[in-house]
Amino acid sequence: MTVPVPRRALLSASASASVAAPALVRAQGAARLLVIGGGFGGATAASYARREYPWLDVTLVEQQTRYITCPYSNRVLAGDLALADITHGYEGLRARGVRVIHDRALHHDPVARSVRLGGGEALSYDRLILSPGITLRHNAIEGYDEAAAERMPHAWIAADGAQIALLRRQLEAMPDGGVVGLVIPANPYRCPPGPYERISLIASYLSRHKPRSKILALDAKDTFSKQALFQDAWRALYPGMIEWISATNDGRVVRVDPGAMVLETEFGTRHRVDVANVIPPQSAASIVTDAGLAGRTGWVPVNPQTLESRTEPGVHVVGDAMFPGPMPKSGFLANSEAKAAVAAAAALLRGEAPPEPIFVNTCYSHVGPDYAISVANIFRADAESRSFQEVPGSGGTSPRGNIPEQRRLEALHADGWYASMTRDIFG
Amino acid sequence: MIRAILPLVLLTTAAAAQPTSNVAEGCVACHGPRGAGSGSVPPLAGRDAAELAAAMAAFRANERPATIMNRIARGYTEAEIAAAIAYFSELR
Repeated sequence: MTVPVPRRALLSASASASVAAPALVRAQGAARLLVIGGGFGGATAASYARREYPWLDVTLVEQQTRYITCPYSNRVLAGDLALADITHGYEGLRARGVRVIHDRALHHDPVARSVRLGGGEALSYDRLILSPGITLRHNAIEGYDEAAAERMPHAWIAADGAQIALLRRQLEAMPDGGVVGLVIPANPYRCPPGPYERISLIASYLSRHKPRSKILALDAKDTFSKQALFQDAWRALYPGMIEWISATNDGRVVRVDPGAMVLETEFGTRHRVDVANVIPPQSAASIVTDAGLAGRTGWVPVNPQTLESRTEPGVHVVGDAMFPGPMPKSGFLANSEAKAAVAAAAALLRGEAPPEPIFVNTCYSHVGPDYAISVANIFRADAESRSFQEVPGSGGTSPRGNIPEQRRLEALHADGWYASMTRDIFG
Repeated sequence: MIRAILPLVLLTTAAAAQPTSNVAEGCVACHGPRGAGSGSVPPLAGRDAAELAAAMAAFRANERPATIMNRIARGYTEAEIAAAIAYFSELR
């Protein structure tokens, strides 16, 4: 394969002239790592590659010039934080020597090993890491599309923050005594405990400001992440405010009418609500589905050892877009997967065997002031079954029971995690 | 011309840039970059290796009060924990 050369001196020269010069970079012998997507997976990959493998020439393509995290966005909905508190820039990555391009990756050609950008530039690579995130499956719920999201926000892809801000404004404008409806998808989807943290923190806001209001959560499944812990907290903190309806009890929403603010379920129950947060079914982002990398599931199957696409070796896929078997689609795991993918890519570029990866996940959910719960998991790659396997006896959820000190510490540790993780990625 | 100097350069980088252990990369997600600590999450950098080893052994055995480390410590092998401790204890 390409022989890597430490080339910090070359990079600055080639970066300025690089639009026309991918062939030149190659001639100089640098191994080019191209990363698509500047979120938890992609920005981690780019930063970590420069930190641990400084001989890699790293380019990151991300549409947004500022990144708003989905983690902690529920605290913005509750009014505890502002969007600015969860917004991060790419200056740190640039300072590490990452070439950051703010453009849209339009088309990936795995044969030519090239990605074409919206601005017309084509970027060649030796190794590609795709961390494009998710796309919302419009009309998977009848009537729910981009236009409907202006009335019934999803707030599930942060992008420029408009969806989160819209949902927050709607909650603020709702009169006391109103009903907030949430539509929750079946598995798999981004951030399994996210909808329930959102229910909790909207309840936290309403209980303080509009205590006669209700939350109606309509779910397309019968069980959910950290369920017992969430439901314990709802009973303790927000008695009578939250009604969660499982799929079996006709919770699956099949149709929405944004004009009438109606959520309609499988068996025809029409719920009229004052604010509707519709989290629709999802799949991997279009750049990977268009390139044929996603299987029938809509997510990209990968080799668990290297995170390479099963169909396109040389292309690593990390984060929410990949089909991760038992691993949840979390920001923490995207960070872990990105590091494993870079380590594998670097080894393979040097003609070495990729290191044995280990994947770690800790998902905190805030459910109220000084009250958070968590789930932790450790996963390994099982070469024989070509799948990810959770380490038996490890991980698990916070204990149940009336243990306020545990809840308080977890809320503090969650804040510590957020600061640490965002520094690891963007710092 | 550049290719001619490759072997030399490669030797240099291999010695200078030993990648952090993959276990330690999980730790820094909460414990701060280079294990410097983050808010209520305590620092690991520069801590005594024996102290860290004793703490991790106690977390694994559920013999030490923990909010979350007992759940996480059980996911790693002793060798992996030793590698992460070696990394953090040598940081200043």
